[in-house]
Amino acid sequence: MEFLTHDFIPYFILAVGYGIPILYGTLGGILAEKAGNINLGIEGMMLMGAAAGFLVSLSTENVIYGLLAAVLAGGFGALIYAFLTVSLKANQIVTGLALTIFGAGMTKFLLNLNKEVVRIPNSVQKSLKPILSDVLGIEGLEHSIFKIFDLSILVYLAFLIAIVLHFYLNHTRYGLNLRAVGENLAAADAAGINVNLYKYVHVVLGGALCGLGGAYLSMYYIPIKTEDVVHGNGWIAVALVIFVSWKPLRAIIGSLLFGALSLLGKSLQTGVSLSPYLLDMLPFIVTILVLIITSVQMSKENAQPRSCGLNFDREER
Amino acid sequence: MNLFRLVKRDTITSMHHTFIRVIAILIAFGLSSLLLVFTKSDPIQAFYNLLIEPFQYRSGPIEIIKLTTSLTVISLGIGFAFKMKFWNIGAEGQILLGAIGAMVVARSLPTMSAVGLLPLMLLGSFVFGALWGLLPAFFKAKFGTNETLFTLMMNYIALNIVKTLESGPWKDPKSFQNTITPLPDNARIPSLFSEIPWSLLNAGFGIAIVLTAFAYYYINHTKSGYELSVVGESESTARYAGMNVFAIVMRTMIISAGICGIAGFIQVAGNNSTLSSGVAGGLGFTAIITTWLSKLNMFMIPVVSFIFAIIAIGKDGLITIGIPSAAADAIQGIILFCVLGCEFFIRYKIVLIKKSDEFISKVRGAA
Amino acid sequence: MVAILTESNCIELKNITKTFGSVVANNNVNLTIQNGEIHALLGENGSGKTTLMNMLSGIYSPNSGEIKILGEVVNGSSPREFINMGIGMIHQHFKLVDVMSAKENIVLGQPGSIYLNARKMSREISELSEKFELNVNPDKKIYQMSVSEKQNVEILKVLFRGAKVLILDEPTAVLTPQETKKLFKILKNMKENGCSVIIITHKLNEVMEISDRVTVLRKGESIATLNTNETTAKELTELMVGRPIDLSIERKQVNKGKKLLKINQLTVLNEEKIKALNNVSFEVFEGEILGVAGIAGSGQKELCEAITGMQKVKSGHMTFKEENLIGKSPRDIFKMGISMSFIPEDRLGMGLVASMNMIDNVILKSYQKQKGFYLNRKPARMLSEKLIDGLEIKTPGVHHPVRLLSGGNVQKVLLGREIESNPELLITAYPVRGLDINASYKIYDLLNEQKEKGVGILFVGEDLDVLLEISDRIMVLCEGRVVGIVEAKEANKEMIGYMMTGGDMHESI
Repeated sequence: MEFLTHDFIPYFILAVGYGIPILYGTLGGILAEKAGNINLGIEGMMLMGAAAGFLVSLSTENVIYGLLAAVLAGGFGALIYAFLTVSLKANQIVTGLALTIFGAGMTKFLLNLNKEVVRIPNSVQKSLKPILSDVLGIEGLEHSIFKIFDLSILVYLAFLIAIVLHFYLNHTRYGLNLRAVGENLAAADAAGINVNLYKYVHVVLGGALCGLGGAYLSMYYIPIKTEDVVHGNGWIAVALVIFVSWKPLRAIIGSLLFGALSLLGKSLQTGVSLSPYLLDMLPFIVTILVLIITSVQMSKENAQPRSCGLNFDREER
Repeated sequence: MNLFRLVKRDTITSMHHTFIRVIAILIAFGLSSLLLVFTKSDPIQAFYNLLIEPFQYRSGPIEIIKLTTSLTVISLGIGFAFKMKFWNIGAEGQILLGAIGAMVVARSLPTMSAVGLLPLMLLGSFVFGALWGLLPAFFKAKFGTNETLFTLMMNYIALNIVKTLESGPWKDPKSFQNTITPLPDNARIPSLFSEIPWSLLNAGFGIAIVLTAFAYYYINHTKSGYELSVVGESESTARYAGMNVFAIVMRTMIISAGICGIAGFIQVAGNNSTLSSGVAGGLGFTAIITTWLSKLNMFMIPVVSFIFAIIAIGKDGLITIGIPSAAADAIQGIILFCVLGCEFFIRYKIVLIKKSDEFISKVRGAA
Repeated sequence: MVAILTESNCIELKNITKTFGSVVANNNVNLTIQNGEIHALLGENGSGKTTLMNMLSGIYSPNSGEIKILGEVVNGSSPREFINMGIGMIHQHFKLVDVMSAKENIVLGQPGSIYLNARKMSREISELSEKFELNVNPDKKIYQMSVSEKQNVEILKVLFRGAKVLILDEPTAVLTPQETKKLFKILKNMKENGCSVIIITHKLNEVMEISDRVTVLRKGESIATLNTNETTAKELTELMVGRPIDLSIERKQVNKGKKLLKINQLTVLNEEKIKALNNVSFEVFEGEILGVAGIAGSGQKELCEAITGMQKVKSGHMTFKEENLIGKSPRDIFKMGISMSFIPEDRLGMGLVASMNMIDNVILKSYQKQKGFYLNRKPARMLSEKLIDGLEIKTPGVHHPVRLLSGGNVQKVLLGREIESNPELLITAYPVRGLDINASYKIYDLLNEQKEKGVGILFVGEDLDVLLEISDRIMVLCEGRVVGIVEAKEANKEMIGYMMTGGDMHESI
């Protein structure tokens, strides 16, 4: 019990803190890739979400407006990407990179229009994480094992979205159609599925999730004006999409694992001879190993959706 | 029936091609102006500061050429891989490794004269960069491992290696921050024209010119260049023709990643004075876009790189008129979107349904 | 006549025209399908049958013309709308998602409740499958299925959607005769249930066997629609090729020379580690054409690729003029000085580089002979110009990408290049597929010319008439085994056809 409350739980909560933005980004990435679009713009969309969430909650002092703005901003970034890759058939990788450049630029630009260093009102941050005792009306929960539930609403929302996505992909008609689009464009099209519509909807939804991940960072985790609040989390999400084999439930575990790893890196910074940066590269090394293993096994079912990177042209011969 | 249909073009004249691109860039300027007006800035002044002003002050053109140099070298490197349809997006990491390679040589031969040391550093950067690129190439060629994701991951491993070196083994004892000891003068690329005012312009510029010519010659006029083009178009044709696909992939990636490594050398020994985790600073990603926009034409690469360099250098000029310099990045993004989007109108033509009948009769008349 | 011909037509296509780039695939095509009939669409390869049917299933949309289904003009242009109007198409290349199960593929794109009840789906599909005797396991993944199983899934998919009109594109190309019989039974069964069936084929015997009416397409135009029982195979052939022709191809008499290629007990595994070739033994001599017959996928591709060193060999012996070929890559074979040419089935994907121009394609086989680092394109340019003149290749110039050439011209570039390398052994896989009659005869002439020069030729073909006429001997493959090798002069179509299904040649006579 002592170990739990004093060592494990604080550590767990910190790891969740690191992992949640990655989880949002990963879920967004999974949605896009299941539709056959590899989107390297996750970092950019998260940044756009972060900036929009920050600026809107700063001016309106309203958490809902802030979150809504973040969702819209992430979705807007994805919409640009979808228009270029789906309607105009542009190269997915280059367009994704361009989106990241655009997103980062827009974010810095908008944040720097006002030169003062500002932070968003405490009330916004508080409403994203109500105090547990207040919610349940029981005193002193923060010091017991229930401390493990002392997390932001956005954490529960992320877990919930992951579970819903799992159900959606594997047990619903739309999910089935989506997977078919990601695997075989011609087959999906011949089966009467509106391929472009599926791509648009899911790429944009994925962008909205990335935007939420950004909002978690800028409105809750680091609520002070920060140019690069996302700080590479989007790229880790790109790695995690592969690491969890495009499965939303595994993404929960994966993001906690990656969160714990980066936390380990930070906590080792003092006193230990091993460089913390060596630990930081661990997630990427593991991801590479996963890539290699699945390709050596020629696994058909744990591989990237096969139409990823391909653009759809029905009349292509 | 739909009101219009898409028809794939067989050929397009270069005039028409250029026209479409110019329109795209004009649209990009229009959209950027909207963004600026929306944030209460003067777009004309902003574009002046962004595109013209860098040429007005003394160090501006030099900075632009330095950046053009680095971008060109990296884009050429990426170009080799892209020509083979090997999506090397790991230039960022290969630059960092090249920089480490140059540093290793410089640090282990501290007293050597520049004449001997610099070529060795160049070689060191090439070897380190090439090795970093060989790993994904090996797995791609042997097992078909996805090279896009593999090379991307390698970037972050490289970045953390540099951070590790910064924080420990190579840390400058005189510095309070995590920085690496600066290189001595004998390990710095000398100026190309020491007598003339462009004194800051270093020999990296010369390397870029030589590499551009080399890349053009290699890809268009050598057997190896022909082989990599065939592998890029169709691997089964390459095997059918008796090519050793594995060797070609490995050889091409050695050149591709090695050249990116050389860019690392130019960065540490020319443009900066030492290795830092910001040595690549996103250039590896920008170069992917410049390579793509050059349509893998090796002589277009320096031109596109030059345009990107102007925007990157000019963005500091925005601050003087009260616009955050990041506006330049946003504008760059908008230009990219428009140019990427316009490719569609180069590949396809939109035919209104009524007109398509005339089109058919024209085709038949021609046949 | 079983068919109940009614007044009403279920499908009417009027003046349909479709172009791809500058290629006119369909030109003013008219077609009427009646209720409850089996209608054959007959035409050579490249006559526009598949394009036409792709427009009837919404994959392509026509440039001009009118599509009427059950009297209603169709305005949309997506597969969805055509499925809703009761049209189901089974494509030659199956449109199935490999990693999904049969049932998932079957319900794909269908409207219904959001939640998918896996067990209910399995039950419904099993019932339907039993009703039509299709033998589909709803939970089996597509990538674990055989070709005919996959076809059954496609049929079930169409039935599940309640299709009133079924379109099948070359359904028998990949089937054994037994499977074909079963398929025809299913189709007749559907007809009796009031469905209409359109079957695309270029096999006359199938047209005669199963169809009620037949429409002939030639060069993208609809030539005629006839009642099957009022026509003959001969008349249909004439309509198909446009003029009464003598099918005969000259078999040049050449004295058999020395033994070129000797293959003994060759076994090759495919990607799924299944024996694609099983204990294959045969020989090829100078100055002979050895025809290879078999249903598609009987090991023809693996055989060609094993001889040319592109496919790994599991066991067996293979020699070319006494020199061992086992374990040699195409590069090794080239270095050994063996001149062997291979015209692969996939011309633009394997034999040529589609996006490159003629010079860079012609140089493909000879560049390795050049010394040094520099690539000299001059000889290839001269050769290209010579080929254009000599083989009458229609192209705007040597710098024009080969993918923009027509099928016949593409084949001439490929064959021309290979013949110019003066091979001793020439391996061709389906050399006239997709070519019109004139181009095909040009190719046969070129092959015969080579034979007269003493070249040994391995001719993998699909048209038995052609194989019987041009070959000296015919080897029949079935499921990777050699069923027998017969003298072409002494063989007939029925016998080869029977052997292709694995039957012993002596039983059939």
